[in-house]
Amino acid sequence: MKRVILVAYFAVICIVSFSQENTPLANNQGILQGNMQMDAQYYNPDSTIGAAPVPEKMLMNGFMNINYTRGNFKAGIRYESYLNTIQGFNPKYKGNGIPYRFATYTADELEVTAGNFYEQFGSGLVLRTYEERGLGIDNVFDGIRLKYTIKGIYMKGLIGKQRSYFSQGPGITRAFDTEVQLNELIAKWSESSTRISIGGSFVSKYQDGDKVIYLTHTLNVPQNVGASAGRISINRKKNRLMAEYAYKINDPSAINKYIYRPGEAILLSYTYSTKGFGFSMSGKRIDNFSFKSDRNATGIDVDMNFLPALNRQHTYALMAFYPYATNPRGEISYLIDIQKKIKKGSKLGGKYGMDIAINYSGANGLDTTTTIPEYDSTRIGYTTNQFALGEVYYQDVNIELTKKLTPKLKIMLLYSNQVYNKNVIQGLAGYKVIYSNIAMTEISYKINSSNSVRMEMQHLATKQDQQSWAMGLIEFGAGEHWMISVQDMYNYANHKTKERFHYYNATVVYIKSGTRIALGYGRQRAGIFCVGGVCRFVPASNGLLLTVTSSF
Amino acid sequence: MKKSILFLAVFALLVSFKDNERKLPSVDIKTLDGKNVNSSTFSNDGKPIIISFWATWCSPCKKELNAISDVYSEWQKETGVKLIAISIDDSKSSTNVAPYVNSKGWEYEEYLDLNSDFKRAMNVNMPPHTFILDGKGNIVWQHVGFKDGDEEQYIEVVRKIIKGEPIEH
Repeated sequence: MKRVILVAYFAVICIVSFSQENTPLANNQGILQGNMQMDAQYYNPDSTIGAAPVPEKMLMNGFMNINYTRGNFKAGIRYESYLNTIQGFNPKYKGNGIPYRFATYTADELEVTAGNFYEQFGSGLVLRTYEERGLGIDNVFDGIRLKYTIKGIYMKGLIGKQRSYFSQGPGITRAFDTEVQLNELIAKWSESSTRISIGGSFVSKYQDGDKVIYLTHTLNVPQNVGASAGRISINRKKNRLMAEYAYKINDPSAINKYIYRPGEAILLSYTYSTKGFGFSMSGKRIDNFSFKSDRNATGIDVDMNFLPALNRQHTYALMAFYPYATNPRGEISYLIDIQKKIKKGSKLGGKYGMDIAINYSGANGLDTTTTIPEYDSTRIGYTTNQFALGEVYYQDVNIELTKKLTPKLKIMLLYSNQVYNKNVIQGLAGYKVIYSNIAMTEISYKINSSNSVRMEMQHLATKQDQQSWAMGLIEFGAGEHWMISVQDMYNYANHKTKERFHYYNATVVYIKSGTRIALGYGRQRAGIFCVGGVCRFVPASNGLLLTVTSSF
Repeated sequence: MKKSILFLAVFALLVSFKDNERKLPSVDIKTLDGKNVNSSTFSNDGKPIIISFWATWCSPCKKELNAISDVYSEWQKETGVKLIAISIDDSKSSTNVAPYVNSKGWEYEEYLDLNSDFKRAMNVNMPPHTFILDGKGNIVWQHVGFKDGDEEQYIEVVRKIIKGEPIEH
């Protein structure tokens, strides 16, 4: 069946493409575009840092997208190859295949997609499918999606199954979303300085089977689980307010240990910004809101929704040493962020001005009371004290200063204080909460229009975990195309003196047009690697890494 | 059988389209105040456009756009170029885009690409990824990554477009 669909699909593309050569519109043949990435790593066993030998010696992840557009028609495929998958990615990514193919056309107000598609409703609390290659996340739908737009009303409906590695999850997702832009709908509001939009979503999943054996008990579980969400966004001049609330009926799952408690999520944010100043404030409460199209799935498999972590997303190595991701079982989190540009010519600002950014964020557990563990549909698991905070999961305060000293020299100073509850965040037991102070500076110097130097010096101080670390990096931009960088991260204060390892790395990068080729050699520390508040564990490794990315 | 048809199809596509110029795909994105806009409506009265994909969590991206911001008014005066900055921040950090952009005083045209639909349609692997469009909306140049000084390559390309000189990749 699959083969027939694929063959038919390409037959259509071929006909579409060949038929164009005979038309008078020969120079309007449509556009073919694509991109690719390949990561190939050669592994050296390095028992000192815990890098186990890799039987294949070399591993590779790669993909290529090809997209075709002509007028109102779009189609695309992605070929993926894992021979075998690089360490740290789920080994279920194995072998080759075409897990992504789609065709879309637009006819006036209607847009139809058949095949694979990514979708997000509102901020994603009840529905978001996306890809994050760095984490090996791809929960794309395969099915049909319709979008219909009429005068400020944006409607979307979809039915699909989700990708799970090279196969599909067992559940079927049915979802509908409407967003109303009041300023487009109501004629006399069209020029108003206040913009309001409201939206509502309904998502339902169906999974075969109404019984689950949990421990030694047989539980009756719903085959259909529905969730709905409402949202509003108000913009007035420099202010923006956004709120979204979501509710889900009982959804016993492996993540919540098959409890029948309904789920709830609320996300609020307010921002104020004007030239030279920005302020934002966000809050979130999540209660039992993991939403997967397979009740038995764990980890990051077949997630249908996205629960954003609110803490600052660090990019510098030691700043991101203890990263946080939202706990879908329950948390309350908050963020306050202030950014200011101090004017040129002022005392602090000097000749070129100075930028200051300060933020404070945190996440706590819910204040819960566990109920008696029944084994029927009264099994709600726990009750909560709605507004009280539970145990601290994560906290950080960051202060960042950026200043141009001369037209060629720029300096950045960043200080961060972080609290990291290792037991909760990594699902472990017996570890201490990690308190760390991290300071760093980055100095950039532009030698001339095509040569530059960049330096990072970072220090992480903590009494817990592996104690303190230092890191240095120097990067040369040589000419238009080349970049060379060398770095070392040193666990110099580890109480276990035999584990005071150096994690060194040297990388050469060549960039031309849409192509980037990077060749690096060095050691990779075992740790948690995160993108967008979702994390994966990366084991220690030592070796050579070649990364090629290209767009055409 | 399946594979041979696939390769034939891909080959046919590549052969028949190799000389095409790239245009912008049509994808819905949002303005910072929540309006829906389609990417195919981007225009600059026949003058070149720079499109830059960035995110609040991407330091080289911010360096790139801050470096250009320092010289943007001069670039505009000289060439009439317009810069369109596309933030690929998702709902984790998208609320922070407007405060960041305003605090830095950027004068660009700004959009949010919340679920990376436009990024995918433009075949961007990782930000920063910068495209330059000629006055007819053809994508004539692109660049990935950023290091200090790269912005001077961008304005050189824009100058060449205006003079009608060929663009080297």
